[in-house]
Amino acid sequence: MSTTLLSIDHLTMRFGGLTAVNDLSFAVRKGEITALIGPNGAGKTTVFNCITGFYKPTEGMMTLRHANGRDFLLERMPDHEINWKAKVARTFQNIRLFSGMTVLENLLVAQHNPLMVASGFSILGIFGVKSFKAKEKEAVEHAVYWLEKAGLMDRADDPAGDLPYGDQRRLEIARAMCTRPTLLCLDEPAAGLNPKESADLNALLMTIRKDHDTSILLIEHDMSVVMKISDHIVVLDYGVKISDGTPDFVKNDPKVIAAYLGVEDDESLEAIR
Amino acid sequence: MEVFVQQLINGLTLGSIYGLIAIGYTMVFGIIGMVNFAHGDVFMVGSFIALILFMVATSFLGLPVVAALVVVLVLAMALTGLWNWTIERVAYRPLRGSFRLAPLISAIGMSIFLSNLIQVLQGPRNKPLPPMLPGSIQIMGQDATAVAISYKQITIMVVTIVLLALFWWVVQKTPLGRAQRACEQDAKMAALLGINVDRTISITFVMGAALAAVAGVMYLMYYGVVNFSDGFVPGVKAFTAAVLGGIGSLPGAVLGGLLIGLIETMWSAYFTIDYKDVAAFSILAIALIFLPSGILGRPDVEKV
Amino acid sequence: MAESQNGAPKGAVDLGAAIKDSLIATLVMFGLSVPILALRTDQNMENRLILEPRWHYVWIACALVFVGRLLLTLFVWNKGAKIVTKKAATPSDLANAIRPYLGRIGLILIIAYPMVALSITGPQGSIKWIDNFGIQILIYIMLGWGLNIVVGLAGLLDLGYVAFYAVGAYSYAIIATNVIPATIPSLGFWSFWICLPISGLLAAFWGVLLGFPVLRLRGDYLAIVTLAFGEIIRLILINWIAFSNGYAGISSIPRPSFFGIPFNASDVGFAARFGIEFSPIHRTIFLYYVILALALLTAFVTLKLRRLPVGRAWEALREDEIACRSLGINTVSTKLTAFAIGAMFGGFAGCFFAARQGFISPESFVFLESAQILAIVVLGGMGSLIGVVISSIALVGGIEILRELDFLKQVFGPNFDPAQFRMLIFGSAMVVMMLWKPRGLVSKREPTIFLKERKSISGSFVKEGHG
Repeated sequence: MSTTLLSIDHLTMRFGGLTAVNDLSFAVRKGEITALIGPNGAGKTTVFNCITGFYKPTEGMMTLRHANGRDFLLERMPDHEINWKAKVARTFQNIRLFSGMTVLENLLVAQHNPLMVASGFSILGIFGVKSFKAKEKEAVEHAVYWLEKAGLMDRADDPAGDLPYGDQRRLEIARAMCTRPTLLCLDEPAAGLNPKESADLNALLMTIRKDHDTSILLIEHDMSVVMKISDHIVVLDYGVKISDGTPDFVKNDPKVIAAYLGVEDDESLEAIR
Repeated sequence: MEVFVQQLINGLTLGSIYGLIAIGYTMVFGIIGMVNFAHGDVFMVGSFIALILFMVATSFLGLPVVAALVVVLVLAMALTGLWNWTIERVAYRPLRGSFRLAPLISAIGMSIFLSNLIQVLQGPRNKPLPPMLPGSIQIMGQDATAVAISYKQITIMVVTIVLLALFWWVVQKTPLGRAQRACEQDAKMAALLGINVDRTISITFVMGAALAAVAGVMYLMYYGVVNFSDGFVPGVKAFTAAVLGGIGSLPGAVLGGLLIGLIETMWSAYFTIDYKDVAAFSILAIALIFLPSGILGRPDVEKV
Repeated sequence: MAESQNGAPKGAVDLGAAIKDSLIATLVMFGLSVPILALRTDQNMENRLILEPRWHYVWIACALVFVGRLLLTLFVWNKGAKIVTKKAATPSDLANAIRPYLGRIGLILIIAYPMVALSITGPQGSIKWIDNFGIQILIYIMLGWGLNIVVGLAGLLDLGYVAFYAVGAYSYAIIATNVIPATIPSLGFWSFWICLPISGLLAAFWGVLLGFPVLRLRGDYLAIVTLAFGEIIRLILINWIAFSNGYAGISSIPRPSFFGIPFNASDVGFAARFGIEFSPIHRTIFLYYVILALALLTAFVTLKLRRLPVGRAWEALREDEIACRSLGINTVSTKLTAFAIGAMFGGFAGCFFAARQGFISPESFVFLESAQILAIVVLGGMGSLIGVVISSIALVGGIEILRELDFLKQVFGPNFDPAQFRMLIFGSAMVVMMLWKPRGLVSKREPTIFLKERKSISGSFVKEGHG
């Protein structure tokens, strides 16, 4: 069951003199939810940016293996190909929606590449070719599927910037899912959500895990979410991995407790306990 | 060798003028993140104010040239400052915090307005002045290959250095300068800490314009002629200088100005004068593409 | 020249404060007008500068500022809020009723325009109205629509758009005056129609060439580099005399034919073939419909592309480039297509311009043109086709109207030349319109697709792009 989907080997990222991530290795297994946790400034988002191609790592290898056995070396690919070819999608810590476009348009932009091919790179599309119309209809249906899953059907024709915060979070996830990813990277999806919105989010994540062939890697500070939904937790501190295992194992790891005590974050500590 | 030294002197003179204008761009960009497109025309307005005041001082009041220059310099700085203050109040302040393109279009409109206003008020023809401060010091070589530095050039460089030192002191050591740097970092936070952001921005515009006026006086003195359309090209070159040096950095603006001045004169001397502006614009493009944060600027890390 | 409306007391009118405020404004005006307005420099017989005092203008200006500022403070800024809320309701109902038909009504008016002008002013009088107003405005509408793809949709700030206009114009001029006569002279009458696509393609090629190095730049930097490219192309046209004939420009460029039939008085000319009396107005009307067709082609392609993935990618790029990259959009090719297609329409317009003028020189492709086209796009409202039409009519038509104000000479004396105030008014109009509507006349965005109901998107959500 648990074959490796993404393996990170000896990943190091330096910015000038600052080493944000130092010799980090871990694996994301297929079909699981893997959580990346750690105190603020531990380098979690940097790891995400390396995986999704926004940063080129200083050293290290990131290998993504598809079900058909094809390998992708993410550190060698430009960011848009990491999404389009290697099928890695992501969300952002500070939500990045196309706020002046409607919710539906957001989900169609996410299907840009297949639609681009179908429109004959716009040339056939200008003449309104039938095959493109059919493909576009399919894309709208796919978008509607995710709108329903995210509970956003009523807002489909509203500008994304007009949605409440919790809806925006779920829309961003739905948009990422519209690219049909094998790995979905979520950067603090529960940040700033109220309990109701948090529950909606959990439900969405569980649906993704249950019904789709998509594994999830997430960064999260909210320990109640992390402990409830993840299968596997990697703990980072100052760019170094300090613990790696099941939620139960990590919860009782003295190194983790020390790291959280070190920053005197009582709330996090309580949550871990 | 002689040609080189002579061009070096000419280039540094020209570069001083560009540097003075560039500071206005860099200060305004630093504090409100806007390219003040009309700054080149503010420089031109300053030059015209200086022209008229100089004529008043010499022909009506009969002041000697040196005294006239001092008076003109001070008055032109004050009046050009007033112009830029008004421009900021009328055309930019109401647009602060609005759509990003709006102030840019407003500034372009202001640039068109200013040059045409001067055309209407002062006429479209070139305005020549009899040469001021004639004479020069020969520093090397003789006769045909002599290298000379004129009194004008000395004046320009000295005035530039003195004023730069003064402004550097203001920005680095005074409460006003501290307020400016605070607004540059985070205007909202500065306002919360009791800094009058609007006033600080106004003063920045006034300071930029004052330096542009100095450049205007120097330009008038150096070339002895000014025209209503003289704002655009020096303006773009000064902006190039500001970017080349690293926009937001005062020493960078001066360094960039000197570099652009040198490149322009050297290009004219060794290649062809026809393409000197092409050279300047190409350098702007190349500098921005390969060195977007400039020589002395802070690199801008893309935040994801 | 009054300052902005700070310090205007709301509610109760404080006359003393208002007078004090107006006095300060007057003082500022006085400072501004000394010495620029008070003394005019002029050359005397020996070509030396003399000063001509005209202090009366200063007093007039100061008095105007004082009175204006006082009246504004007391009567307008005081109850500004009330007036705005009252006004808002009625015109929007009317506008909503007309809106669905606006495009069609406008199109019919534009198609009928030359005929109307012809019937009202006759063949002689109508040339001015069709050429100076109709064709001129349509050229700018087309340029505005072309630049709209780059600036309005993709959010890439391009201040050197005139470069592509120049590439199109010079492509046609050089091919039609040198290449075609030297190689296949028999094609002479067809040269416009052959060169039109070539000009567009060459401009698109230059769009890619100039677009490629500047892709990494954002915002104002992109604007300045594109400005530099525009200037470089113009300076090369000035200096490379063997290629472009420098300042002197290229003249006797072949005029467009009626698909091979020339507009002249000869036996094979348009008038003779169609059995009507020869008149220069035929060509003018034909040119009008050519540029109308070209402009409509631009609009048609833009509308189509907006509903295609590439158009949505452009708008997404304007909204958030980083999100685009995370969704697998190749931002390099997306930006380049925007540059190329925008440049192509600029090239078409340039080709038409050269054919219409019969003469081109670098003077026609100065930065001011780029600024004017950009102003049309931004004033119209980014991304809005109708907005571009309205602002082109207002700006270009407005400038042309100023040429017609000869009667002002009777008011201000024969030395008064209204033409010299054209650009002055144009510049201040740009500022005023930005202050009045920073997001342009039509700031709403129409969605490209909808599920249940088409809802316009308020301009406050739409972003303006980073690059």
